[in-house]
Amino acid sequence: MKPDSGPLHNFPDGKSEAEQPKWRKDFPIDVEADEYGARRDFTKFMVLTSLAFVCGQFWIGVQSLFRNDDHEPREIAKVNDLKVGQSVLFHYPTEHDPCLLMRSSEDTFLAYSNQCTHLVCPVRPDLKHDRLHCPCHEGFFQASTGSPLAGPPRRPLPKIILKIEDGIIYATDVELRNS
Amino acid sequence: MTDRSQTRRQRLAIVYGIMMIVLLLVIMQLWLLTATMSMWLGGNSGVVWPAAAASLICLGLNLGLMRYLVRLDR
Repeated sequence: MKPDSGPLHNFPDGKSEAEQPKWRKDFPIDVEADEYGARRDFTKFMVLTSLAFVCGQFWIGVQSLFRNDDHEPREIAKVNDLKVGQSVLFHYPTEHDPCLLMRSSEDTFLAYSNQCTHLVCPVRPDLKHDRLHCPCHEGFFQASTGSPLAGPPRRPLPKIILKIEDGIIYATDVELRNS
Repeated sequence: MTDRSQTRRQRLAIVYGIMMIVLLLVIMQLWLLTATMSMWLGGNSGVVWPAAAASLICLGLNLGLMRYLVRLDR
């Protein structure tokens, strides 16, 4: 390969060594070598980040192995306890999963998880406008479907499958959904 | 420019090339992780393990490129 006759050091201002200020002549920094080291180390750090992402993927995999999709039916309310337009809080399938039961009409009962799919803030029902409101980041869901309408949430609220028998409302399953 | 500095300049170009490929792969892994998390939270567990395998392949490529980078310094 044919060597050219350029300067040994490339200075940040692009000027020759003779034009450099005294301080830079006294403490010369090999910019190319510095750049080389910085880019090389950055690349190594990116590989470490790549390893972290793989760990994250496998963590999700392990979590999916232990996810329990079988839920026991549970009595959550009586039909007569809830008037049209009212809502009641309950927990299903565990005590750590707050849910919301709403009565939107005489025959229509709706139940969703009470945790916003953005950052799990509790959502507030607004059945007059057919929506659920998350006050944390102004997220809105359609009350009749649980689908996100506005704001940061992208996934619908998990739907609680209901069964009504002898005037008693039972939660039977949780339906997780994607948009 | 001496032969020595020219070699270093070439190595810098190689490092830049490798860095770009690694960055692309890492961005792809980030997208893969967020998409997998979203799908999994939405109840679709079918994509979890294929996505993990794809991410592992990306890591393998990145490690191969890093190995080449380490060898470049010797």
